[in-house]
Amino acid sequence: MATVPGFRLRGASPTWEVRDARTADRSSGRLARIIGVFAKMPWLTKFCTLWLILLILAAALADLIPGLPDPNYQGFIFGEGKTNEGPSASHWLGTDNVSRDILARLIYGARVSLIFAASGVFFGIVIGGLVGSIAGYFRGFLETSLMFSVDVMLSFPALIGFLCITQFLGRQDLLILCLVIAIFIWPPFSRVARATALSVSGKDFVTAARAIGTSTRRILFREIFPNVFPTLLAYGLVLLATLVILESTLSFLGLGVEIPTASWGGMINQGRQDLLINIWPPIWPAATLLMTVFSFNNLADWLQKQAASRSAAI
Amino acid sequence: MLKMIASRLTRLVLTLLCVTFISFMLLNILPGDAVNALIPIDAQQDREFVEQVREEFGLNDPLMVRYGRWLGDAVQGDLGDSMVTSRPVTDEITHRLPITFELMFVSVGLSLLLAVPLGVFSAYREGRRPDRVISGFTQVQLSMVPFVTGLILIYVFALKLGWFPATGWNRLSNGLGPNLKTVALPALSLAITEVAIYTRILRSDMILTLKENYVLSARAKGLTNRFILFRHGLRPSILTLVTVIALSMGSLIAGVVVIEYLFAIPGIGRRILTGIFQRDLYMVQGITVLITIAYVFVNTVADIVYTVIDPRIRRTT
Repeated sequence: MATVPGFRLRGASPTWEVRDARTADRSSGRLARIIGVFAKMPWLTKFCTLWLILLILAAALADLIPGLPDPNYQGFIFGEGKTNEGPSASHWLGTDNVSRDILARLIYGARVSLIFAASGVFFGIVIGGLVGSIAGYFRGFLETSLMFSVDVMLSFPALIGFLCITQFLGRQDLLILCLVIAIFIWPPFSRVARATALSVSGKDFVTAARAIGTSTRRILFREIFPNVFPTLLAYGLVLLATLVILESTLSFLGLGVEIPTASWGGMINQGRQDLLINIWPPIWPAATLLMTVFSFNNLADWLQKQAASRSAAI
Repeated sequence: MLKMIASRLTRLVLTLLCVTFISFMLLNILPGDAVNALIPIDAQQDREFVEQVREEFGLNDPLMVRYGRWLGDAVQGDLGDSMVTSRPVTDEITHRLPITFELMFVSVGLSLLLAVPLGVFSAYREGRRPDRVISGFTQVQLSMVPFVTGLILIYVFALKLGWFPATGWNRLSNGLGPNLKTVALPALSLAITEVAIYTRILRSDMILTLKENYVLSARAKGLTNRFILFRHGLRPSILTLVTVIALSMGSLIAGVVVIEYLFAIPGIGRRILTGIFQRDLYMVQGITVLITIAYVFVNTVADIVYTVIDPRIRRTT
């Protein structure tokens, strides 16, 4: 690769200066900056952020929380506790109709939802980002055919396709769900990526890179993709809520992770049969689900507003 | 105009070809033998019989041949027979389609009925208290998951108050009253999220329109607010709304599947769910094609409607 001594050509030139300034005080500055961003949020967004942090921590550290019962332990079989219990010291949110601890199931269910959503965004950014960047950079026939396949995928009813694949595979563990979502998540991401890649490809630094003979692959991965990435990340944040809804819908239909693995949708579906006997088992997962979706939406909204006002300022 | 419609239609046909091909391949490549759906387990021991059935349903032919045969029949309006009930798929679809269609129609209609005044009013009062209240509500509504909304509605209005039946469906032929009673809760659970989406879109477009000069001149002429908002403002502002309604058909169909399951409504969505459970290949394939046609068709129509509403676009394309 051609390099000019003392000067490294990077993606969008303004960002590398900022990045260098940032690295100087990284040791002490990063935490302070995060707190600074947090302090600027409106109170509702603060609340949502705290809720998400709590949820992620609980899901990640579920095995380490002291005193949290096994989510699949049915105490009443062994004469320890009853079904449909109210809140108590040992079961904070009570028990469900087969005497499993609701709080434990909520926390382990969060794990399923969050891993599913995160993997969806990951695959969306990687696959969709690549397809979109290629389409936006190369243009021509390649772009037309790629975007046509995106159109086809988008008009295909995704929920039904998803159900078919998981059902016909006959295996519904979390890993399979996370891989299958990749098939359906990349088309919308690639549309966003293409639009951004189109505008990035016209920038001077791409022309400059091409002029000094940079290889096409290097331009794609070092110039285009890094500049498409932030837009995709913002889009991914918006889609997190949708993915959480999708996961809970699947498990509500009994086509998500296999029972007895805890999932919010599954808990709601199980609880709805005894709605008149005990309303609490479905209420907790429903409230958690709505809170989580709301929090993701609210946070994404706020970040979008920030980005909009920042670009307006430039 | 005609040229545009023609190019749209070719795209439509191409898309349909691809979708049917993909879904046909998908359903057949995946593990799981369709024979399981056709004959009971104890009869499956009889190898000869299994082979005979396979031959009869053409399951032994190469995939491409089967796809070609299916496509040839489908073009002539024959989507094959259900492998479980052995009734023609088209019969099942035409029997259930009115139910699903009514459900979607009522929920979109209900959403528009609420969203248009809310969006217009919100834009008119931009940044002030009514706007902020409406924005707050739409943000909460956007986070409502259809099946949770449905469950809440069932609990409150069916189980506690007893105003509506919790599940089931009364066909329109049983009279309008009983029919509306069964459609109310499912349609409302779908509409709550839709209202929020439509309101937001209309509001943001309307805010831009109200800043236009001709609105100012209309105001200077002394026209009433209502006239300006609904006559001068609304028409150019519903363009994005039309697209969004068409695009939201996709998520609406997903919602319909879940809502029909929750409310035990015998529509298309519920049928495809049982079809998936029973591995009823032709049923799943047929309904998938139908949904795709509907989706692509609605979006094509939306594009055409676009130019009818706004003559400015017609000239530029």
